[in-house]
Amino acid sequence: MSSIVVRNLRKSYGSLVALDGISFEVGRGETFALIGPNGAGKTTALEIVEGHRRRDGGEVLVAGLDPGLRSPRLYRRIGIVLQETALEPELTVKETLRAWSRCYPQALSVDRVLDHVALRRAGRQRVATLAAGHRRRLELALAVSGDPEVLVLDEPTAGLDPEARRDLWRVVAALNGEGRTILLSSADMEEVEALAGRLAILHDGRIVASGQPHELQQALGPEPTVELYLGGEALPRLFPQTLRAIARFERGWVRLKCRDPGPVAYELLLWAVRNRHDLSSLSIARPTLEALYRQATRRDEPETAC
Amino acid sequence: MLKRLLFATVHQLRLFLRRPAAMFFVIVMPVLLLVIFTAIFGNAEMAGQGITTAQLYTPTLAVFGAVLAAYTYLAIATATARDQGVLKRLRGTPLPPWIDIAGRIAAAGLIAIAAVVAVMACGMLLYSVKLLPEKLPAAILSLLVGISCFAALGMAVAALCRTAATAQAVANATILPVAFISDVFVRPDGRILPWIDRIADIFPLKHLSRAFSDGFKPLLAGNGFAFAGDATTYAIGQHLLVMALWGLGGAVIAFAFFRWETQRDGSRQ
Repeated sequence: MSSIVVRNLRKSYGSLVALDGISFEVGRGETFALIGPNGAGKTTALEIVEGHRRRDGGEVLVAGLDPGLRSPRLYRRIGIVLQETALEPELTVKETLRAWSRCYPQALSVDRVLDHVALRRAGRQRVATLAAGHRRRLELALAVSGDPEVLVLDEPTAGLDPEARRDLWRVVAALNGEGRTILLSSADMEEVEALAGRLAILHDGRIVASGQPHELQQALGPEPTVELYLGGEALPRLFPQTLRAIARFERGWVRLKCRDPGPVAYELLLWAVRNRHDLSSLSIARPTLEALYRQATRRDEPETAC
Repeated sequence: MLKRLLFATVHQLRLFLRRPAAMFFVIVMPVLLLVIFTAIFGNAEMAGQGITTAQLYTPTLAVFGAVLAAYTYLAIATATARDQGVLKRLRGTPLPPWIDIAGRIAAAGLIAIAAVVAVMACGMLLYSVKLLPEKLPAAILSLLVGISCFAALGMAVAALCRTAATAQAVANATILPVAFISDVFVRPDGRILPWIDRIADIFPLKHLSRAFSDGFKPLLAGNGFAFAGDATTYAIGQHLLVMALWGLGGAVIAFAFFRWETQRDGSRQ
């Protein structure tokens, strides 16, 4: 069963089409990411899911409820982290959580929420003095304080240093581990790889690719590469006839591009053992999600002359 | 629901207490002005008024403090919360948004009363300012109507101004000039030109200032509960009517134009 259903969602700002009929579903307990460059329509899509923005067309259901109706029932079931920090700097962490937990009829205890986001030690600290990573964790804590089944996170780690990002990823993964459904937007492929079970690449208001990371890797290519360092002996004429057609030789390396790398790697291995080559450099390299993302978001851009 | 409103009010009061600049502006400054004015003009009885300088200035500066809280502070604090994204975040919770707004208004009202009490206490303790028991109910009623009126106008400013910086500029730029022509800073023997006086009559501050401070003038007849009177009578009815009309107008504007998000939130992302 899907926690979030988005079908043919459309939204324009005047003549500017922000979302051009996007569709996706997020299953219960799943982490789904919308990724794309700035201006792709990610925040618009998330804000429609949150009920903060009206849609022009299409259907959206969150926990079975239409967010366009802005029903309190919906807000009992979702927690939201906005793209920009929305905190009162004068308060302490605990005061902030206490104040916001009063917005919910059945809020989690402040200490439990602080434990959730590993922020207990900063409980008495003023928000104004928190590091950026801790502020973001506090935002996440506020989103969790109503014990929601769905979390919507808009670029949760934007602007954080690498360590703070990884810390927050751990928190998000743990929240997902409790069975909460997570919809997040990001412009960072590393984040999406770390957190999301499935993703959709959004570009110019349209979804240009979606699926699990490995599905996208298979669907979009480029193909995986089997590679081995042979030193100065990497001569094509010494290479097995069956592999020669897909092999490329450069500076002592042989690289073989293929859709299915297993049999190719096996054949290369046999040949290398037979010919007593060092196997320590043998590897199968898959294209990174980052490369796929760049490929997908550039697909329909006009090619420029060099 | 009442409990939630109480929490929202306490939350806003806590925020106010954590903002030293706001506390100085709203609570301390009117008291300082009273001390300064009394030092400059002396505290002798003013000719033809039957009251001392402090007896004149204490209620008018108390009104000024109340207006700073109910109008200026409320407008700036609400616009700041919107800039910070706090109002938008609040709309993503099950709490009915009106509770937060009502909490803000209630807190601003309580701060306004605190400002009045601070100035009045200072006047009574330092300068022997006297309360007139028979006029006090009308003065208090005027104050409550005035605070409501200015709170509505404060929300209207927050609604019309898109950023906190604009709200701050507009709130200050509107209240200070009006205060100068509305019997708040200038003594009655200051000979304000009649046309300036007539302009001041349009705005609610003069009506609040008159309705409240006349309640501290022993030479005026009556307890204040009359619609209108001559120069020798204490009557608040007309003042209340003007304040009510301004308050109603402010509330309508606030209701029609209030936004929970900044304009940039409407940008495409």
